Amino acid sequence: MPVDCAFQTTIERVSILDEHGVFDESLGEGLIPDADVVKLYRHMTMCRHFDQIAFKLQRSGRMGTYPENRGQEATSLGAAYALEDSDWLVTCYRENAGLFWRGVDPEKILLHWMGDERGNNIPVKATPLAIPIGTQMLHAAGLAWASKYRGDGGIACTFFGDGATSEGDFHEAMNFSANLDLPVVFVCQNNSWAISVPTRIQCSAPTIAQRGLAYGMHSVQVDGNDIFAMVKVVRDAAERARRDNRPTFIEAVTYRLGDHTTADDARRYRDEAEVEAWVGRDPMIRLRNWLEHRDLWDESQEHAQQLENEATVSAIVKRAEGIEPPTTDDIFKWMYADIPASIDAQRRTLRTSSLGQGIDGSGS
Amino acid sequence: MAQLTLVQAINLALAQELEKDDRVLLLGEDIGANGGVFRATEGLHERFGGDRVVDTPLAESGIIGTAIGLAMGGLRPVPEIQFEGFLGPAYDQICTHAARIRSRTRAGLTVPLTIRVPVGGGIHAPELHSDSPEAIYSHNPGMKVVMPSSPYDAKGLLISAIRDPDPVIFFEPKRIYRAFREEVPEEEYTIPIGKARVAREGNDMTMVSWGATLVQCMNAIEASGQDIELIDLRTINPFDMETVAKSVQKTGRAIIVHEAPMTCGIGAELSARIMEQCFLHLEAPVQRVTGFDTLMPYYKLELEYLPDAERIGKAIAETAAY
Repeated sequence: MPVDCAFQTTIERVSILDEHGVFDESLGEGLIPDADVVKLYRHMTMCRHFDQIAFKLQRSGRMGTYPENRGQEATSLGAAYALEDSDWLVTCYRENAGLFWRGVDPEKILLHWMGDERGNNIPVKATPLAIPIGTQMLHAAGLAWASKYRGDGGIACTFFGDGATSEGDFHEAMNFSANLDLPVVFVCQNNSWAISVPTRIQCSAPTIAQRGLAYGMHSVQVDGNDIFAMVKVVRDAAERARRDNRPTFIEAVTYRLGDHTTADDARRYRDEAEVEAWVGRDPMIRLRNWLEHRDLWDESQEHAQQLENEATVSAIVKRAEGIEPPTTDDIFKWMYADIPASIDAQRRTLRTSSLGQGIDGSGS
Repeated sequence: MAQLTLVQAINLALAQELEKDDRVLLLGEDIGANGGVFRATEGLHERFGGDRVVDTPLAESGIIGTAIGLAMGGLRPVPEIQFEGFLGPAYDQICTHAARIRSRTRAGLTVPLTIRVPVGGGIHAPELHSDSPEAIYSHNPGMKVVMPSSPYDAKGLLISAIRDPDPVIFFEPKRIYRAFREEVPEEEYTIPIGKARVAREGNDMTMVSWGATLVQCMNAIEASGQDIELIDLRTINPFDMETVAKSVQKTGRAIIVHEAPMTCGIGAELSARIMEQCFLHLEAPVQRVTGFDTLMPYYKLELEYLPDAERIGKAIAETAAY
């Protein structure tokens, strides 16, 4: 036969709790203990409230540019829940829910957006927010490699958007991870928009998931607004990473309900009707309905939770705004382990003009 | 003590650091069974195995990006980029991540990384195999940039770079990889990063250079018959201004020699600092003998481009006569 099939496969799409509230018992039953589902929901509501307050802080001039997380909470939260604390989280900047679950103090995230590097000093296995698009996945590959090298059983899970899959570093990270057998879980948050550019400009294939396939790694599409499905696919991927040192590519289909950041106005480029349709697929509302249907949650608990969230976030804001200001010295002191003489002269004198850099700081 | 070439000294330093510290691993293109295109890693794959000496996919940004992850994960990666002309694809990872992570995390994470890169012209290589980009990476806060000029220095500086807590670009002047041998001790030793070396003492003029050009400088100085102090900068960033200033204050005359283009080269920075710190000692304007502000030509013309003893000699004569 002159023309034969060299390779054929399918991309699976995983959904457990769909947007209509239909729950797949075969995949979902026992996946997450009920008590944990309640905890995850409560956490999601806290993150949503934090997001709203962060938005208001920017609008009222108390904080700089901020990227809303609204609508995407289930993806990183499901992943963080499925992973061990000893696994690396390598995020971009719309993964508050997962980072907070891991133990990152929400105050740190506010500090970051308040223009304070102390917000990046986080004593858990998570890299700080990554601003340049699509560069951090290589770090995840390296961190996973370090774990494999040492045999400590750790893996790395990295997050990025659909736009990031156009970047060269994304492809290099996928290629390194697949070919060097690195225990990495790639989670693409396909939220339909890279600022104003729709996903089809980033990827004209039917799924983004098939990009992983091209590198020879297991690839799957998942309803990113379904926390049960997220937990399942990340758990499977983590097991594959730990057992076989093989990476997995997960396309989590979700939606950015807010603007790209507070500096953006999404009404310029997308229809309200599209947004409205996705409001109906909100991961938090979906989870609340599931809990109420199972008598695990009720209106009074919801009310109490809201009060708790207000107090929690209010205290976080108070701490972030009340922190002592950074010192001018901080500009210099963290550049190197040992400060070179030329930088030290600038540090001591706060001058670059040489006549002003005498030992006593005198001069022009 | 053995007589080694510069590339052998690098091989010895890598082997000893691999032996001493299991956090050290090498990664790059063709560094495994092939031993690197310049054979700098020859025998290391066989001796230390594929987990410590790793052939990677052909992707410079990927090599540096994963090395950053390895370093943040507590290891001491030593990636090799095959030629300086191919360092460009990794520029983003170097400057937006490696150089910034210590500061932006307030030392929560650090990047003890040593990027080995053959550098410079003079070996009749193809296009983009002969450039000198040391100023580009020195302008970027957060990186250290080192370039040895001899086998002895290569070993001591490379060991220091690997043990340094911050990211270092270690440029290896390929023109002198095998140009000469010198005594290199078998035992380990370090040469501090940030300290220059007075390669030749003198009283009438100061010459500052680094890397392969030290050879041309020495030839020009000997041909001139003058009493010239030659300083090998060793570390390009942060450079040792104290040694340079002390010398120029003594001699009153200074010439800076480098292969890279003149405009915005390290010579410009050195010249400005000499003007600032040695103003009243200067007897002549600081002179620069450098590559031209052109593209590095293909190799038929490369010796016209690179500073040689003749051009340096003219600058010596003019500076002395000023």
